[in-house]
Amino acid sequence: MRVLPYGDAALLLEPEGEIAEVVALADACRGAELPGVLDVVPAARTVLLVAEPGSDLGRLRAAVDELEVRPAEAGAPAGTVEIPVVYDGPDLDDVARLTGLDRAEVVAAHTGTPWRVAFGGFAPGFAYLSGGDPRLRVSRREEARTKVPPGSVGLAGEFSGVYPRSSPGGWQLIGRTDAPLWDLDRDPPALLQPGAEVRFVEVS
Amino acid sequence: MIEVLDPGPQALVQDLGRPGLAAIGVGRSGAADRASLCLGNRLLANDEGAAGIEILLGGFAARARTDLLVALTGAPAPASVDGRPVGHQAHVRLRRGQELRLGPPPAGLRTYLCVRGGIAVPPVLGSRSTDVLSGIGPEPLEKGAELPVGPEPEAYPVIDYAPVAPPAGGLVTLRAISGPHAEHAVDPGALTTARWVASGRTDRVGMRLEGAALEVAEGAGSLPSEGLTRGAIQLPPGGEPVVFLADHPVTGGYPVIAVLCDADVDRAAQIRPGQPVRITPSRETAWRT
Repeated sequence: MRVLPYGDAALLLEPEGEIAEVVALADACRGAELPGVLDVVPAARTVLLVAEPGSDLGRLRAAVDELEVRPAEAGAPAGTVEIPVVYDGPDLDDVARLTGLDRAEVVAAHTGTPWRVAFGGFAPGFAYLSGGDPRLRVSRREEARTKVPPGSVGLAGEFSGVYPRSSPGGWQLIGRTDAPLWDLDRDPPALLQPGAEVRFVEVS
Repeated sequence: MIEVLDPGPQALVQDLGRPGLAAIGVGRSGAADRASLCLGNRLLANDEGAAGIEILLGGFAARARTDLLVALTGAPAPASVDGRPVGHQAHVRLRRGQELRLGPPPAGLRTYLCVRGGIAVPPVLGSRSTDVLSGIGPEPLEKGAELPVGPEPEAYPVIDYAPVAPPAGGLVTLRAISGPHAEHAVDPGALTTARWVASGRTDRVGMRLEGAALEVAEGAGSLPSEGLTRGAIQLPPGGEPVVFLADHPVTGGYPVIAVLCDADVDRAAQIRPGQPVRITPSRETAWRT
């Protein structure tokens, strides 16, 4: 693991490997109650530790070196969420062409393998889901849409995700759901919690 | 209770934000100039993180609906109570029915109005801050808004004036430490030698610096999404750096080439569009080139 400088109140951790290693490291960081850490921010290849201003980053660095990181697959998922999806997205044909599958095979691949919440970002309630069928890796659309409707289910790179609200976006849209991704009157407001397992289910 | 008579260009309720929610896509937010909010609260013997009102470029007016003890900090907007001038960084007593008015500050962007007891609008996810990027928290204040004030804390204020320098006009120097991806700039050191000017494209999310754009290294310039902090200096493809402020996105895909010293981010949030800015290597940590 590399530890990269990030100012005087944060450290950026870059584990060897890919998203599975990031998820495992973020789990370990959250579980360890690291000294002075206010937030653990996992992303695609890194985990950012945001510390209380004035914290001793040397001490934090030492605590990070002591972390016991277990592979993500070893831990039980933090709950399972089923998301009903109507697979009629505007990019379904493009995804089929890019992956060499037909429409039904894309749907089967998306629903056949459980995904896992890897990290958040982009918008409240948006979760980057990883660990799905590797045949579904597609690049983003060449041109982003200025308006993606809420509930749109998309693919980009190794990730799948659901847009919690209307926003611009460049992901390949394969379907839509009416699952409430974000609701401030609910505790917790985000449907997809860190570490949760996500299964997409086809509905018509 | 405080009644907003005129919010001016922008008035927001802010406390110290909601840390710890990045994993569900929610940033910390909070006062753009935390030091000024905390100073106001300390003057009133409030909890340091009690909610106050962040007022952009003055133009604000409010009426006390009950007797209140308040303090103004941050950008030194000329203030008056029922037409009588009152000072900053000091106790100001507002009797029921009296009106507080702020003119445009000669320097700085944001003035904080703290109230003994704190602004007591309902918290959202543990904070009363308005996050302009995610839209979480109270709505921006409008004319006629009625803001409840919390119960007075048990502690009583012991000082009634704090001699702290207000935000300055002219050249502002900010200390920074080399970031995780400095090598994405052909000459990362140029960040600290160039003369920058704060762009008009500046808000609570970030401040763009205009000047001799940095050259982005060949094949560099974008990364898989990575966590961001307040004070992170990102290098977008155009080469003009962006300094992230209170309502920064949780993650971003352009390289972070340097990070401001945390204590200097508050001063960064008081820099006006058009003001010259210099980034200087922090003495505490060697600048990596």
